Amino acid sequence: MDRPIRVLVAKPGLDGHDRGAKVIARALRDAGMEVIYTGLRQTPEQIVAAAIQEDVDVVAMSILSGAHNHLFLKVVNLLKEEGVEDMLIIGGGVIPEDDIPFLIESGIEAIFTPGTSTKDVVEYIKNNLKR
Amino acid sequence: MNIEERLLNGDKRACARLITMLESNHNEAVDILKRLYKNTGKAYVIGVTGPPGAGKSTLTDKLVKELRKQDKKVGIIAIDPTSPFSGGAILGDRIRMNDLSLDKNIFIRSMGTRGSLGGMSRATWGAVKVLDIFGCDFIFIETVGVGQSEVDIVKTADTVLMVMVPNLGDDIQAIKAGIMEIADVFAINKSDLDGADKTKLEVEMNLDLNEDMDFRPPVIKVSAAKNKDIDVLLEKIMEHRRYLEETNKLEDKRIRNNKMELLKMVEEDLMTLIMDKAVKDDLLEKLARDVTLRNIDPYTAKEEILKLIVSE
Repeated sequence: MDRPIRVLVAKPGLDGHDRGAKVIARALRDAGMEVIYTGLRQTPEQIVAAAIQEDVDVVAMSILSGAHNHLFLKVVNLLKEEGVEDMLIIGGGVIPEDDIPFLIESGIEAIFTPGTSTKDVVEYIKNNLKR
Repeated sequence: MNIEERLLNGDKRACARLITMLESNHNEAVDILKRLYKNTGKAYVIGVTGPPGAGKSTLTDKLVKELRKQDKKVGIIAIDPTSPFSGGAILGDRIRMNDLSLDKNIFIRSMGTRGSLGGMSRATWGAVKVLDIFGCDFIFIETVGVGQSEVDIVKTADTVLMVMVPNLGDDIQAIKAGIMEIADVFAINKSDLDGADKTKLEVEMNLDLNEDMDFRPPVIKVSAAKNKDIDVLLEKIMEHRRYLEETNKLEDKRIRNNKMELLKMVEEDLMTLIMDKAVKDDLLEKLARDVTLRNIDPYTAKEEILKLIVSE
Protein backbone atom coordinates (compact mmCIF):
# COMPACT_ATOMS: atom_id res chain seq x y z
CA MET A 1 0.00 0.00 0.00
CA ASP A 2 1.33 3.39 -0.92
CA ARG A 3 1.17 5.55 2.14
CA PRO A 4 3.41 8.23 3.63
CA ILE A 5 6.15 7.11 5.98
CA ARG A 6 5.22 8.09 9.53
CA VAL A 7 8.00 9.19 11.84
CA LEU A 8 7.91 10.07 15.52
CA VAL A 9 10.54 12.70 16.27
CA ALA A 10 11.10 12.58 20.00
CA LYS A 11 13.18 14.43 22.55
CA PRO A 12 13.82 12.17 25.53
CA GLY A 13 15.24 13.55 28.75
CA LEU A 14 15.87 16.94 30.14
CA ASP A 15 17.84 18.95 27.63
CA GLY A 16 15.95 21.88 26.23
CA HIS A 17 17.43 22.14 22.78
CA ASP A 18 15.34 21.01 19.86
CA ARG A 19 16.74 22.99 16.96
CA GLY A 20 18.25 19.79 15.54
CA ALA A 21 15.06 17.81 16.03
CA LYS A 22 13.08 20.55 14.29
CA VAL A 23 15.51 20.70 11.36
CA ILE A 24 15.18 16.94 10.97
CA ALA A 25 11.38 17.12 11.27
CA ARG A 26 11.26 19.77 8.57
CA ALA A 27 13.58 17.79 6.28
CA LEU A 28 11.50 14.63 6.67
CA ARG A 29 8.33 16.60 5.98
CA ASP A 30 9.89 18.00 2.83
CA ALA A 31 10.74 14.45 1.82
CA GLY A 32 7.01 13.62 1.96
CA MET A 33 6.87 11.99 5.38
CA GLU A 34 4.33 12.55 8.14
CA VAL A 35 6.25 13.69 11.18
CA ILE A 36 4.75 13.58 14.63
CA TYR A 37 6.78 15.78 16.94
CA THR A 38 6.45 15.11 20.67
CA GLY A 39 7.97 18.31 21.97
CA LEU A 40 10.66 18.59 24.62
CA ARG A 41 11.36 16.59 27.76
CA GLN A 42 9.60 13.32 27.13
CA THR A 43 9.95 10.23 29.26
CA PRO A 44 10.71 6.96 27.46
CA GLU A 45 7.24 5.80 28.50
CA GLN A 46 5.61 8.79 26.80
CA ILE A 47 7.65 8.23 23.65
CA VAL A 48 6.64 4.59 23.45
CA ALA A 49 2.98 5.42 24.09
CA ALA A 50 3.05 7.99 21.30
CA ALA A 51 4.87 5.64 18.91
CA ILE A 52 2.23 2.96 19.46
CA GLN A 53 -0.82 5.21 19.22
CA GLU A 54 0.53 6.93 16.13
CA ASP A 55 1.54 3.57 14.64
CA VAL A 56 4.74 5.06 13.25
CA ASP A 57 7.25 3.37 10.98
CA VAL A 58 10.20 5.16 12.55
CA VAL A 59 11.12 6.43 16.01
CA ALA A 60 13.79 9.12 15.68
CA MET A 61 15.18 10.39 18.97
CA SER A 62 17.37 13.42 19.53
CA ILE A 63 19.38 13.93 22.65
CA LEU A 64 22.04 16.44 23.63
CA SER A 65 22.30 15.93 27.35
CA GLY A 66 24.60 12.91 27.40
CA ALA A 67 21.97 10.54 28.78
CA HIS A 68 21.66 8.65 25.49
CA ASN A 69 23.00 5.33 26.76
CA HIS A 70 20.33 5.25 29.40
CA LEU A 71 17.33 6.81 27.66
CA PHE A 72 17.70 5.35 24.16
CA LEU A 73 18.05 1.92 25.65
CA LYS A 74 14.97 2.37 27.79
CA VAL A 75 12.87 3.22 24.72
CA VAL A 76 14.23 0.17 22.87
CA ASN A 77 13.40 -2.09 25.80
CA LEU A 78 9.93 -0.67 26.37
CA LEU A 79 9.09 -1.15 22.71
CA LYS A 80 10.33 -4.72 22.95
CA GLU A 81 8.16 -5.30 26.01
CA GLU A 82 5.16 -4.07 24.03
CA GLY A 83 6.01 -6.57 21.32
CA VAL A 84 6.77 -3.89 18.73
CA GLU A 85 9.14 -5.26 16.14
CA ASP A 86 8.33 -3.35 12.99
CA MET A 87 9.58 0.11 13.92
CA LEU A 88 12.94 1.46 12.83
CA ILE A 89 14.62 3.10 15.83
CA ILE A 90 17.29 5.73 15.17
CA GLY A 91 19.01 8.38 17.24
CA GLY A 92 20.92 11.59 16.83
CA GLY A 93 22.58 14.37 18.75
CA VAL A 94 25.85 14.99 20.49
CA ILE A 95 26.91 11.38 20.94
CA PRO A 96 30.57 10.38 21.44
CA GLU A 97 32.02 7.96 18.88
CA ASP A 98 32.87 5.54 21.66
CA ASP A 99 29.24 5.14 22.67
CA ILE A 100 27.95 4.34 19.21
CA PRO A 101 28.88 0.62 19.02
CA PHE A 102 27.09 0.00 22.32
CA LEU A 103 23.96 1.80 21.11
CA ILE A 104 23.92 -0.07 17.80
CA GLU A 105 24.34 -3.35 19.64
CA SER A 106 21.46 -2.43 21.93
CA GLY A 107 19.00 -2.00 19.09
CA ILE A 108 19.34 1.60 17.91
CA GLU A 109 19.82 0.93 14.23
CA ALA A 110 21.66 4.11 13.31
CA ILE A 111 23.17 7.09 15.09
CA PHE A 112 23.50 10.44 13.34
CA THR A 113 25.95 12.91 14.81
CA PRO A 114 26.43 16.65 14.16
CA GLY A 115 27.36 17.42 10.57
CA THR A 116 25.13 14.72 9.09
CA SER A 117 23.34 15.90 5.97
CA THR A 118 19.56 15.72 6.27
CA LYS A 119 19.55 13.99 2.88
CA ASP A 120 21.48 11.09 4.41
CA VAL A 121 18.87 10.71 7.14
CA VAL A 122 16.03 10.75 4.61
CA GLU A 123 17.79 8.16 2.44
CA TYR A 124 18.60 5.97 5.41
CA ILE A 125 14.97 5.94 6.53
CA LYS A 126 13.63 5.20 3.06
CA ASN A 127 16.02 2.28 2.64
CA ASN A 128 15.64 0.70 6.04
CA LEU A 129 11.93 0.62 6.80
CA LYS A 130 10.72 -2.56 8.44
CA ARG A 131 7.13 -2.54 7.27
CA MET B 1 -5.88 -13.18 18.68
CA ASN B 2 -6.60 -11.35 15.46
CA ILE B 3 -6.74 -7.61 15.14
CA GLU B 4 -10.52 -7.60 15.34
CA GLU B 5 -10.62 -9.40 18.68
CA ARG B 6 -7.77 -7.31 20.01
CA LEU B 7 -9.63 -4.11 19.15
CA LEU B 8 -12.73 -5.36 20.92
CA ASN B 9 -10.51 -6.08 23.93
CA GLY B 10 -9.32 -2.47 23.95
CA ASP B 11 -5.82 -3.17 22.62
CA LYS B 12 -4.17 0.14 21.68
CA ARG B 13 -1.85 -1.33 19.07
CA ALA B 14 -4.74 -2.98 17.27
CA CYS B 15 -6.63 0.31 17.37
CA ALA B 16 -3.61 2.17 15.98
CA ARG B 17 -2.94 -0.35 13.23
CA LEU B 18 -6.53 -0.41 12.08
CA ILE B 19 -6.52 3.39 11.73
CA THR B 20 -3.32 3.15 9.66
CA MET B 21 -4.97 0.55 7.43
CA LEU B 22 -8.03 2.74 6.98
CA GLU B 23 -5.82 5.71 6.14
CA SER B 24 -4.33 3.69 3.32
CA ASN B 25 -7.75 2.46 2.30
CA HIS B 26 -6.93 -1.15 3.02
CA ASN B 27 -9.72 -3.59 2.10
CA GLU B 28 -9.17 -5.78 5.11
CA ALA B 29 -9.76 -2.84 7.44
CA VAL B 30 -12.96 -1.94 5.65
CA ASP B 31 -14.16 -5.54 5.98
CA ILE B 32 -13.47 -5.42 9.71
CA LEU B 33 -15.51 -2.23 10.04
CA LYS B 34 -18.32 -3.80 8.05
CA ARG B 35 -18.48 -6.59 10.60
CA LEU B 36 -18.05 -4.38 13.66
CA TYR B 37 -20.25 -1.48 12.60
CA LYS B 38 -23.01 -2.72 14.88
CA ASN B 39 -20.65 -2.08 17.81
CA THR B 40 -20.48 1.65 17.08
CA GLY B 41 -22.82 4.45 18.08
CA LYS B 42 -21.92 4.61 21.74
CA ALA B 43 -19.41 7.42 21.53
CA TYR B 44 -20.34 11.09 21.56
CA VAL B 45 -18.35 13.04 19.00
CA ILE B 46 -17.15 16.59 19.65
CA GLY B 47 -15.62 18.60 16.81
CA VAL B 48 -13.14 21.29 17.77
CA THR B 49 -12.28 23.91 15.21
CA GLY B 50 -11.10 27.48 14.90
CA PRO B 51 -8.24 29.50 13.44
CA PRO B 52 -4.60 28.41 13.73
CA GLY B 53 -3.15 29.28 17.10
CA ALA B 54 -6.51 29.66 18.80
CA GLY B 55 -5.56 27.01 21.33
CA LYS B 56 -7.61 24.07 20.07
CA SER B 57 -5.12 21.41 21.17
CA THR B 58 -4.53 22.97 24.57
CA LEU B 59 -8.26 23.37 25.12
CA THR B 60 -8.92 19.79 24.01
CA ASP B 61 -6.25 18.63 26.44
CA LYS B 62 -7.99 20.45 29.30
CA LEU B 63 -11.49 19.27 28.35
CA VAL B 64 -10.26 15.69 28.18
CA LYS B 65 -8.70 16.00 31.64
CA GLU B 66 -12.06 17.22 32.91
CA LEU B 67 -13.77 14.20 31.34
CA ARG B 68 -11.20 11.88 32.86
CA LYS B 69 -12.32 13.12 36.30
CA GLN B 70 -15.64 11.53 35.41
CA ASP B 71 -13.81 8.35 34.41
CA LYS B 72 -14.75 8.63 30.75
CA LYS B 73 -12.70 6.93 28.06
CA VAL B 74 -11.66 9.44 25.42
CA GLY B 75 -10.29 9.32 21.88
CA ILE B 76 -8.70 12.29 20.13
CA ILE B 77 -8.14 12.67 16.40
CA ALA B 78 -5.91 15.66 15.75
CA ILE B 79 -5.75 16.76 12.12
CA ASP B 80 -2.97 18.99 10.81
CA PRO B 81 -2.40 20.13 7.24
CA THR B 82 -0.35 18.13 4.78
CA SER B 83 2.00 20.16 2.63
CA PRO B 84 0.56 20.34 -0.87
CA PHE B 85 4.13 20.54 -2.19
CA SER B 86 5.87 17.56 -0.63
CA GLY B 87 2.94 15.52 0.61
CA GLY B 88 4.61 15.53 4.00
CA ALA B 89 3.31 16.97 7.24
CA ILE B 90 4.40 17.99 10.67
CA LEU B 91 1.80 16.86 13.14
CA GLY B 92 2.35 18.78 16.33
CA ASP B 93 -0.88 18.62 18.28
CA ARG B 94 0.46 15.97 20.64
CA ILE B 95 2.89 18.52 22.07
CA ARG B 96 -0.02 20.10 23.96
CA MET B 97 -1.36 16.76 25.11
CA ASN B 98 1.69 14.93 26.39
CA ASP B 99 0.28 14.42 29.88
CA LEU B 100 -2.49 12.36 28.33
CA SER B 101 -0.23 9.88 26.51
CA LEU B 102 0.20 7.45 29.35
CA ASP B 103 -3.43 7.27 30.44
CA LYS B 104 -4.72 3.90 29.30
CA ASN B 105 -8.19 5.34 28.81
CA ILE B 106 -7.03 7.95 26.33
CA PHE B 107 -6.02 7.38 22.73
CA ILE B 108 -4.54 10.19 20.64
CA ARG B 109 -3.99 9.93 16.92
CA SER B 110 -2.53 12.61 14.65
CA MET B 111 -3.57 12.68 11.01
CA GLY B 112 -2.42 14.68 8.02
CA THR B 113 -5.00 16.05 5.60
CA ARG B 114 -3.13 14.38 2.72
CA GLY B 115 -4.74 16.63 0.13
CA SER B 116 -8.32 16.61 -1.05
CA LEU B 117 -7.76 13.37 -2.95
CA GLY B 118 -6.18 11.70 0.03
CA GLY B 119 -9.50 10.57 1.41
CA MET B 120 -9.15 12.50 4.63
CA SER B 121 -12.83 12.48 5.43
CA ARG B 122 -13.12 8.77 4.91
CA ALA B 123 -10.04 8.09 7.03
CA THR B 124 -11.28 10.38 9.79
CA TRP B 125 -14.74 8.86 9.88
CA GLY B 126 -13.12 5.43 9.85
CA ALA B 127 -10.93 6.41 12.77
CA VAL B 128 -14.00 7.65 14.66
CA LYS B 129 -15.61 4.23 14.21
CA VAL B 130 -12.47 2.42 15.34
CA LEU B 131 -12.26 4.57 18.48
CA ASP B 132 -15.96 3.98 19.10
CA ILE B 133 -15.45 0.19 18.92
CA PHE B 134 -12.33 0.62 21.06
CA GLY B 135 -14.76 1.76 23.75
CA CYS B 136 -14.42 5.53 23.85
CA ASP B 137 -17.26 7.44 25.52
CA PHE B 138 -16.15 10.67 23.86
CA ILE B 139 -14.22 11.32 20.67
CA PHE B 140 -12.70 14.70 19.86
CA ILE B 141 -11.93 15.63 16.26
CA GLU B 142 -9.65 18.63 16.22
CA THR B 143 -8.85 20.49 13.03
CA VAL B 144 -8.03 23.93 11.73
CA GLY B 145 -11.22 25.52 10.46
CA VAL B 146 -9.93 26.35 7.02
CA GLY B 147 -10.56 24.38 3.88
CA GLN B 148 -13.83 22.84 2.84
CA SER B 149 -12.98 19.27 3.73
CA GLU B 150 -11.82 20.26 7.20
CA VAL B 151 -15.10 22.06 7.76
CA ASP B 152 -17.04 19.08 6.36
CA ILE B 153 -15.31 16.77 8.80
CA VAL B 154 -15.89 18.85 11.85
CA LYS B 155 -19.48 19.50 10.83
CA THR B 156 -20.26 15.82 11.24
CA ALA B 157 -19.56 15.90 14.96
CA ASP B 158 -22.49 15.74 17.38
CA THR B 159 -21.40 19.00 18.99
CA VAL B 160 -19.17 21.51 17.22
CA LEU B 161 -17.00 23.67 19.47
CA MET B 162 -15.67 26.79 17.82
CA VAL B 163 -12.55 28.14 19.49
CA MET B 164 -11.96 31.85 18.94
CA VAL B 165 -9.40 34.27 20.29
CA PRO B 166 -9.45 38.00 20.82
CA ASN B 167 -7.91 40.43 18.33
CA LEU B 168 -7.93 38.30 15.21
CA GLY B 169 -9.92 40.86 13.29
CA ASP B 170 -13.26 42.58 13.49
CA ASP B 171 -16.61 40.89 13.54
CA ILE B 172 -16.75 40.88 9.74
CA GLN B 173 -14.12 38.14 9.85
CA ALA B 174 -16.48 36.00 11.85
CA ILE B 175 -19.34 36.51 9.43
CA LYS B 176 -17.43 36.00 6.22
CA ALA B 177 -15.62 32.91 7.39
CA GLY B 178 -18.95 31.12 7.36
CA ILE B 179 -18.03 29.51 10.63
CA MET B 180 -20.78 31.00 12.71
CA GLU B 181 -23.32 28.61 11.28
CA ILE B 182 -21.65 25.36 12.17
CA ALA B 183 -20.85 26.10 15.81
CA ASP B 184 -22.98 24.74 18.65
CA VAL B 185 -20.79 26.19 21.38
CA PHE B 186 -18.30 29.04 21.21
CA ALA B 187 -15.19 29.25 23.37
CA ILE B 188 -13.36 32.56 23.50
CA ASN B 189 -9.95 31.31 24.51
CA LYS B 190 -7.11 33.36 26.00
CA SER B 191 -9.72 35.24 27.98
CA ASP B 192 -7.00 36.99 29.96
CA LEU B 193 -6.10 39.01 26.87
CA ASP B 194 -7.53 42.45 26.26
CA GLY B 195 -10.35 42.25 23.79
CA ALA B 196 -11.87 38.99 25.03
CA ASP B 197 -15.06 40.76 26.11
CA LYS B 198 -15.26 42.54 22.78
CA THR B 199 -14.87 39.28 20.84
CA LYS B 200 -17.55 37.66 22.98
CA LEU B 201 -19.85 40.60 22.36
CA GLU B 202 -19.27 40.43 18.61
CA VAL B 203 -20.10 36.74 18.52
CA GLU B 204 -23.21 37.34 20.62
CA MET B 205 -24.29 40.15 18.31
CA ASN B 206 -23.88 37.90 15.31
CA LEU B 207 -25.95 35.25 17.02
CA ASP B 208 -28.62 37.86 17.73
CA LEU B 209 -29.13 38.16 13.99
CA ASN B 210 -30.03 34.49 13.62
CA GLU B 211 -33.71 33.82 13.75
CA ASP B 212 -35.51 30.78 15.11
CA MET B 213 -32.75 29.26 17.13
CA ASP B 214 -34.01 26.36 19.21
CA PHE B 215 -30.65 26.19 20.86
CA ARG B 216 -28.72 29.41 21.07
CA PRO B 217 -25.01 28.58 21.05
CA PRO B 218 -23.50 29.65 24.35
CA VAL B 219 -20.38 31.85 24.21
CA ILE B 220 -17.95 31.07 27.00
CA LYS B 221 -14.74 32.87 27.87
CA VAL B 222 -12.02 30.44 28.91
CA SER B 223 -8.29 30.26 29.33
CA ALA B 224 -7.00 26.84 28.35
CA ALA B 225 -3.40 27.59 29.32
CA LYS B 226 -4.52 28.79 32.76
CA ASN B 227 -7.14 26.06 33.08
CA LYS B 228 -9.83 28.64 33.74
CA ASP B 229 -13.54 27.93 33.28
CA ILE B 230 -12.95 24.65 31.46
CA ASP B 231 -15.60 23.01 33.64
CA VAL B 232 -18.10 25.70 32.62
CA LEU B 233 -17.34 25.07 28.96
CA LEU B 234 -17.69 21.30 29.33
CA GLU B 235 -21.02 21.80 31.06
CA LYS B 236 -22.23 23.88 28.10
CA ILE B 237 -21.16 21.13 25.70
CA MET B 238 -23.13 18.65 27.82
CA GLU B 239 -26.08 21.03 27.80
CA HIS B 240 -26.04 20.92 23.99
CA ARG B 241 -25.88 17.15 24.12
CA ARG B 242 -28.85 16.98 26.48
CA TYR B 243 -30.78 19.33 24.21
CA LEU B 244 -30.11 17.10 21.19
CA GLU B 245 -31.03 13.96 23.08
CA GLU B 246 -34.15 15.31 24.75
CA THR B 247 -35.58 16.73 21.53
CA ASN B 248 -34.63 13.64 19.47
CA LYS B 249 -32.53 15.95 17.33
CA LEU B 250 -29.43 13.84 17.83
CA GLU B 251 -30.85 11.15 15.61
CA ASP B 252 -31.86 13.71 12.98
CA LYS B 253 -28.39 15.19 13.10
CA ARG B 254 -26.75 11.80 12.75
CA ILE B 255 -28.97 10.91 9.80
CA ARG B 256 -27.90 14.17 8.16
CA ASN B 257 -24.26 13.42 8.93
CA ASN B 258 -24.51 9.89 7.58
CA LYS B 259 -26.05 11.23 4.41
CA MET B 260 -23.07 13.49 3.99
CA GLU B 261 -20.64 10.70 4.83
CA LEU B 262 -22.20 8.39 2.26
CA LEU B 263 -22.11 11.04 -0.44
CA LYS B 264 -18.55 11.92 0.43
CA MET B 265 -17.44 8.28 0.26
CA VAL B 266 -19.09 7.82 -3.11
CA GLU B 267 -17.49 11.04 -4.29
CA GLU B 268 -14.05 9.94 -3.11
CA ASP B 269 -14.41 6.54 -4.75
CA LEU B 270 -15.52 8.08 -8.02
CA MET B 271 -12.64 10.53 -7.89
CA THR B 272 -10.19 7.70 -7.27
CA LEU B 273 -11.66 5.80 -10.18
CA ILE B 274 -11.41 8.79 -12.47
CA MET B 275 -7.94 9.73 -11.34
CA ASP B 276 -6.71 6.16 -11.68
CA LYS B 277 -7.89 5.95 -15.24
CA ALA B 278 -7.34 9.50 -16.45
CA VAL B 279 -3.91 9.84 -14.91
CA LYS B 280 -2.71 6.34 -15.72
CA ASP B 281 -3.54 6.66 -19.39
CA ASP B 282 -2.14 10.19 -19.52
CA LEU B 283 -5.57 11.27 -20.66
CA LEU B 284 -5.69 14.14 -18.19
CA GLU B 285 -2.30 15.36 -19.33
CA LYS B 286 -3.27 15.09 -22.98
CA LEU B 287 -6.62 16.82 -22.55
CA ALA B 288 -5.13 19.63 -20.49
CA ARG B 289 -2.60 20.20 -23.24
CA ASP B 290 -5.30 20.18 -25.91
CA VAL B 291 -7.43 22.62 -23.93
CA THR B 292 -4.42 24.94 -23.62
CA LEU B 293 -3.67 24.73 -27.34
CA ARG B 294 -7.35 25.36 -28.09
CA ASN B 295 -7.62 22.00 -29.86
CA ILE B 296 -10.57 21.19 -27.67
CA ASP B 297 -12.79 23.17 -25.32
CA PRO B 298 -12.75 22.32 -21.61
CA TYR B 299 -16.39 21.25 -21.58
CA THR B 300 -15.95 18.58 -24.21
CA ALA B 301 -12.73 17.52 -22.50
CA LYS B 302 -14.62 17.08 -19.24
CA GLU B 303 -17.14 14.87 -21.01
CA GLU B 304 -14.26 12.75 -22.32
CA ILE B 305 -13.12 12.15 -18.74
CA LEU B 306 -16.63 11.39 -17.51
CA LYS B 307 -17.03 8.79 -20.27
CA LEU B 308 -14.37 6.77 -18.46
CA ILE B 309 -16.76 5.90 -15.68
CA VAL B 310 -20.19 6.45 -17.17
CA SER B 311 -19.64 3.65 -19.65
CA GLU B 312 -19.14 1.22 -16.79
